[in-house]
Amino acid sequence: MTRRVVITGMGVVAPNGVGLEAYAAALRAGTSGLRHIPIMAERKFGCTVAGIPQGTDEIAERYFDPDELLAMNSNHRFGCIAAIDAWTDAGLTRPERGDETVDWDAGAIIGTGIGGMDTAGQKLIPMTDAAKVRRLGSTMVEQVMGSGVSARVSGLLALGNQVTSNSSACSTGTEAIVEGMYRIRAGLAERMLCGGSEGSSHYIWAGFDAMRVLCRTHNDEPELASRPLSASAGGFIPGSGAGILHLESLESAERRGARIYAEILGGALNCGGHRGGGSMTAPNPESVQRCIRAAVGDAEIGTDEIDVINGHLTATGADPKEVASWSKALDRTTKDFPVIMSTKSMIGHALGAAGALESVASVLMLRDGFAHPSINCEDVHPEIAAFEASIPHSCREMPDLKTVIKAGFGFGDVNACAIFRKWTRKVS
Amino acid sequence: MTQEEIFDKVVEIVTPYAKNHEALGDVTEETNILVDLEVNSARLVDVILAFEDAFDIEVEDEDADAVNTVGDAVELIQNLLD
Repeated sequence: MTRRVVITGMGVVAPNGVGLEAYAAALRAGTSGLRHIPIMAERKFGCTVAGIPQGTDEIAERYFDPDELLAMNSNHRFGCIAAIDAWTDAGLTRPERGDETVDWDAGAIIGTGIGGMDTAGQKLIPMTDAAKVRRLGSTMVEQVMGSGVSARVSGLLALGNQVTSNSSACSTGTEAIVEGMYRIRAGLAERMLCGGSEGSSHYIWAGFDAMRVLCRTHNDEPELASRPLSASAGGFIPGSGAGILHLESLESAERRGARIYAEILGGALNCGGHRGGGSMTAPNPESVQRCIRAAVGDAEIGTDEIDVINGHLTATGADPKEVASWSKALDRTTKDFPVIMSTKSMIGHALGAAGALESVASVLMLRDGFAHPSINCEDVHPEIAAFEASIPHSCREMPDLKTVIKAGFGFGDVNACAIFRKWTRKVS
Repeated sequence: MTQEEIFDKVVEIVTPYAKNHEALGDVTEETNILVDLEVNSARLVDVILAFEDAFDIEVEDEDADAVNTVGDAVELIQNLLD
């Protein structure tokens, strides 16, 4: 019998809201967190809009010691704030300084897409090139290493189970959650902090701008710049932040009497092998559909049980293909298509954190019974027009909302999909 | 710069790295930076760089390795300033 995995805590650091309640309110209201970013204009980016969480330095000063702060770039700050919030939201307490107890049953899978490029760009590379290696100090490695955030979190919370950072481009955050679910199911851990974080740095975003995949048409109207599902979508808006879910075995949650938000019914991970239309930058539609169907199969539900799709939907030319894949994979036509939205319309595309931020949004929608709006798509794309009734332009109350499916697709033709179900306290 | 001024500056520089906040209230020349103040040993590199910036000095690696107490640091800095 497979062990059931539930979500008992969440933490979020998003461009439109830091903390669960601020984020939930912003999602309901359709509040954009996107802003004009002066450094992008100064460096002659085609896109000068991005999503950066606000007020995080003040929170970081409350949460972390001064010597910790000296070794924490934006990626670390976002990821660690979200992890600590998820931990305390789950009813757990931060260990006291000097407490040598290690929590052997709890681990972390916290991924990053690109990582500590602000540290690399501002210090590591210019100082190394200026032959000032000795002046770099002791904090470079931990800020640029791929596992930096999960490593810091493990020390803050004395985690003793597997602690790692996955990286699979824009599917990273969703992949981390699915991997954590597998680990708990397998009986290898009782609790796992899972999700993703991505720092705010124009060095991260420059390569995407050079590829001309960032939106250049709405620099003067930042809040209108992220336009998934629309005819006027012209590329994505880079975002940043972190989302962390505290996953727990149902046994452990019941033993602790923990509050349960939702169950992770199932998930799937795959790759399209850069075949059948897939490439380094585009998904193979067959692999996308296989991933979705595999997640539904893993969840042991019917495709007709899906109420809401929180899509990948970045606002590039891939949106119509994605909607077509959802329709085919779920065997749901325009007549009975689930509600579909893009959280990225409000927060931009947070790369390695995207799937995690959007999973937190998905679970908040289950918790509170609503479908958040997908903003900036009043002009629905002609190839998606037949699905328009499924797209909420304003917040849609859904008190009976039970099941949300979330997917993320990333460079490298990689896919991740997870299915969340509202917890009703009736154990079958 | 008097020895007292150097001492105060050294304590100020070490303060953000100290994990033992209580011990900071009672620092003497004999206070061990790693053991008593619980500064992470990896961070000693950053403390030495901060000394260099604050006093406009250059500290050789072997001299840095010999710094254990606050008094050691004060003496080293005093010698380099003289």
